[in-house]
Amino acid sequence: MNRREFCKKGLLIAGGLAIPLSGLELFNPKSLSAEKGDKSKTRWIFLVDTHKCVGCGLCVKACKIENEIPYDANVTRTWVERYVITKDGKPHIDSPKGARDGFQSSKLDQNHAGMEEIKEADIAKAFFVPKLCNQCENPPCVQVCPVGATYQTHDGVVLVDRKWCIGCGYCVMGCPYGVRFFHPVYHVAEKCNFCYHRISKGMKTACVDACAFGARQIGNLRDPNDPVTKIVMNERVSVLKDEYGTKPQVFYLGLAREVK
Amino acid sequence: MKSHVWRPLFVALGIVALILLVRLVLVPSDFGVHEQGYMYGMHRKSNEGEWKAVKVKYQGSETCKECHEKNYKDIKNSPHLEISCENCHGPLLEHPESPAGLVIDRSRELCLRCHFKLPYKPSDRGSLKGINPDTHNPKAECVLCHYPHNPIREVKK
Repeated sequence: MNRREFCKKGLLIAGGLAIPLSGLELFNPKSLSAEKGDKSKTRWIFLVDTHKCVGCGLCVKACKIENEIPYDANVTRTWVERYVITKDGKPHIDSPKGARDGFQSSKLDQNHAGMEEIKEADIAKAFFVPKLCNQCENPPCVQVCPVGATYQTHDGVVLVDRKWCIGCGYCVMGCPYGVRFFHPVYHVAEKCNFCYHRISKGMKTACVDACAFGARQIGNLRDPNDPVTKIVMNERVSVLKDEYGTKPQVFYLGLAREVK
Repeated sequence: MKSHVWRPLFVALGIVALILLVRLVLVPSDFGVHEQGYMYGMHRKSNEGEWKAVKVKYQGSETCKECHEKNYKDIKNSPHLEISCENCHGPLLEHPESPAGLVIDRSRELCLRCHFKLPYKPSDRGSLKGINPDTHNPKAECVLCHYPHNPIREVKK
């Protein structure tokens, strides 16, 4: 074979290989235009006022029932943490059963270390912090999914496709907020989705409806007249683990530095 | 040109074609890159509908008002006004069709979610009225003395 023939044959083979490759979607202008910036009318955000939370845990109970998370399994989409800061500056934190039954003991559950009693006179400050999925603008859990089973919707909620999830657990490890877990029945990744079935019908999430103190609120960031948007824009709100660059969309009022 | 190269090449092409065919059958047509782009929007579009179709269990107090207006007004004129009916009466589901009646949670533990005394300042819990269940009428149902729809009012005997 001379050089001319080799080049000819090489081009022929390359061309032949390219035909089936076209089925692999090398370029799709539609998805490229989608990437450039779709301005959806809705962007769901959440506001937690830690001053108002009393740790009753009715949000956790409502969430578990509404979203069919087995009630006695020690997993939950949302939970409430108790912070007791003693006068020596040490934080004591617990969340028994995710506060499904509230906090009905003055002792703090320290797992293997047992129950910790803190004297009232030693308490410098104490408060409750509800937690849930932050529906990040840059969700690390979505980036690590190898099969496209978890994704962000156009209104900013991160969902899990139960049929598509292979249960590798990368997202459970990838979430810096620890909101993901395995569903005990379906054995796939599970997380808070702002009660997507409720908010898409114009209802509020189950936890917001269950909260008697107004500590939890849901709103739409794209609506300038939304009361939650006004608070997020005009008041001193903070987010969890800002330094991770995940751009969380759950905002907190009254967050203390002990809260991580 | 008669060469030993052609036969394995055809086999390789066959494998590629087979993989593409299997992909065509197994991957649903709505699986692909959607609104949020390549990094966050790769998914099966119909899954969004599956999540939207999840059954709503908690219907909200406004639904209760339609039939139980007296009780609704009772609680709305009390310090308990913000407590959702379903927090104590359980999720409405398809009530009144199914279930016909709801099971009311009358346990002490329900009331103690808020009224277990915890001296936590600056949290609002610290200023809520609370008791120690071991010393305050142990084991008695709270509703024997306190009317839950309006805790200020005397209980109806």
